[in-house]
Amino acid sequence: MTAIRSGAKATHRKYDGAWPWLFVLPLLIGVVGFYVWPIIQTAYYSFTTWGVFGGSTWTGGANYAALFADPQLYRSLLNTVIYTAIVLLGVPLSVWLASLLNTPGLRFVQFYRLLFFLPYVAMPVAISLVWRMIFNGDFGLLNWVLKLVGIHGPYWLTTEWFALIAVSIVGLWSSLGFSMILLGAGLKNIPPDLYEAAELDGASRPRQFFSITVPLLTPSIFFVLIITIISSFQLFDLLYAMLGAHNAVMPKTMSLVFYFYQSGFINNDKGFASAVAIFIFALIGVITLVQFRLQRRWVHND
Amino acid sequence: MTDVSAAARTRRGSRGRRPSHALIHVVLGIGGFLMAVPFLWQIIMSLSTNAEVQSVTPVFWPQHLEWGNFTQVFAQMPFLSQLRTSVIITVIRTFAQIVLCTMAGYAFARMRFPFKGVLLGVVLSILLVPSQAYLISQYQIVQGLGWLNTLLGLVAPGLFSAFGTFLMRTAFINMPRELEEAARIDGANPIQIFWRVMLPLARPSISALAITTVLFSWNELLWPLVVANDPANMPLAAGLATIAGDVTVNYPVLMAASLLAMAPVLIAFIVMQRRVIDGLASSGLK
Repeated sequence: MTAIRSGAKATHRKYDGAWPWLFVLPLLIGVVGFYVWPIIQTAYYSFTTWGVFGGSTWTGGANYAALFADPQLYRSLLNTVIYTAIVLLGVPLSVWLASLLNTPGLRFVQFYRLLFFLPYVAMPVAISLVWRMIFNGDFGLLNWVLKLVGIHGPYWLTTEWFALIAVSIVGLWSSLGFSMILLGAGLKNIPPDLYEAAELDGASRPRQFFSITVPLLTPSIFFVLIITIISSFQLFDLLYAMLGAHNAVMPKTMSLVFYFYQSGFINNDKGFASAVAIFIFALIGVITLVQFRLQRRWVHND
Repeated sequence: MTDVSAAARTRRGSRGRRPSHALIHVVLGIGGFLMAVPFLWQIIMSLSTNAEVQSVTPVFWPQHLEWGNFTQVFAQMPFLSQLRTSVIITVIRTFAQIVLCTMAGYAFARMRFPFKGVLLGVVLSILLVPSQAYLISQYQIVQGLGWLNTLLGLVAPGLFSAFGTFLMRTAFINMPRELEEAARIDGANPIQIFWRVMLPLARPSISALAITTVLFSWNELLWPLVVANDPANMPLAAGLATIAGDVTVNYPVLMAASLLAMAPVLIAFIVMQRRVIDGLASSGLK
């Protein structure tokens, strides 16, 4: 901004002429055509009802009225919140693991990083199919392990709640490594002499962890929390691939995004699905806003 | 100063270090093993018979290694055409995003043009919007263009990235201006400056952008599922999700297929581990 103003004063030219447009227009056309305009259109669609043979009519708030009257919305929201809560359990776990991985002089660090990060780069659909076998009620690896300790495992993927828990476990498993990497970058910024001083003062390892590591890591932890919550609210791939779209337990397990997909592309009700989409958009906006408000209370910035 | 750290070191070295490191290795080892189990189990299942996979007592080492499961993948699903589709989508998107996002990012970082602030705000606002909020309308557009079930339709919206533009703008805005000034005085035009001076400097950010785009394109499910309904036209992720519902395909073949589908990205990751992790950590977002 200041560059523009001072440029105007100093020279005869305020702008760089046609060059910037050459650089920026190809992207702008695509972003406006495929993103900005579609968002506006989706907002408009959410107030229309679509005929079976195409064509749509303005029906005002009818979709929203139907949406908020649909028990499936609240169940999907509850499922998404539960999924997010379970995946969030991975954040303290990843703080702990990342700090262990950051131990000075530790061997095999690269190897551990590789292992923890594998789930994040693996195709969610492909790895979900493996988990589907592990959670199988008859011959799954998990129920076999449970049986060793005397527990009779459930039919995970066809039983209410257990299906959601199974999907959440996989969600936690696949997000752990990415959180650890982000936190690891934050840990590198903590000056090592703080630990040396604490050690001289006789502070124990757990004491150092809670008095030095955690407080100084709060900006990274906050960032990881936001990313985890936003990406958990986008739950779709794992759910779709682990349970299958036609699983009888799906209505009791589906996430908000699956609810959106089902409305728009299985039930083919594009107007209603647009209302679902706008609802998800608003919800994520509110959550992000609340988080940034809360951030001021506990994030340690200097 | 040296005394302090030396004292701390000897104290740790004499008593603390060895045992506590052993404990750390136990914790990280168990964690790492749990991370690796599904992959190991997948490899074992892909080499087993259907009966072995469904055995109530798990068969950890199949009697014969059933390599035939892998050839069955190609017989039972259009794997090669799906692989080709995945490769084409990923390559085109990555190339397009690198070109378009670096150019736009550079203009937003360094050039002066009317409405710059507003336009940048418009692009960045996309970052706050979940993909559902434009998916239906994108589908309408692609349908209107007659691109359903085509490569064009699969590739189209992903050619453009608000995130990539943001990433590249950040990269360029943090670079010193002196080099550009020098090139300008030498009479280079903006394209030459961008191409010869700025792009080479932005290489780390470009590779971060490439990594995120490759991961996203290769693994993406929702958009291909919506745009392509014929398995022959799908990329691998959507193809796998579709074949998984087919009861005629047995479990070991399914495991072999999923292993083959994620292998290219996993191998690339293992080979370039450090660069990928650093790139993703610096980009901060998928």
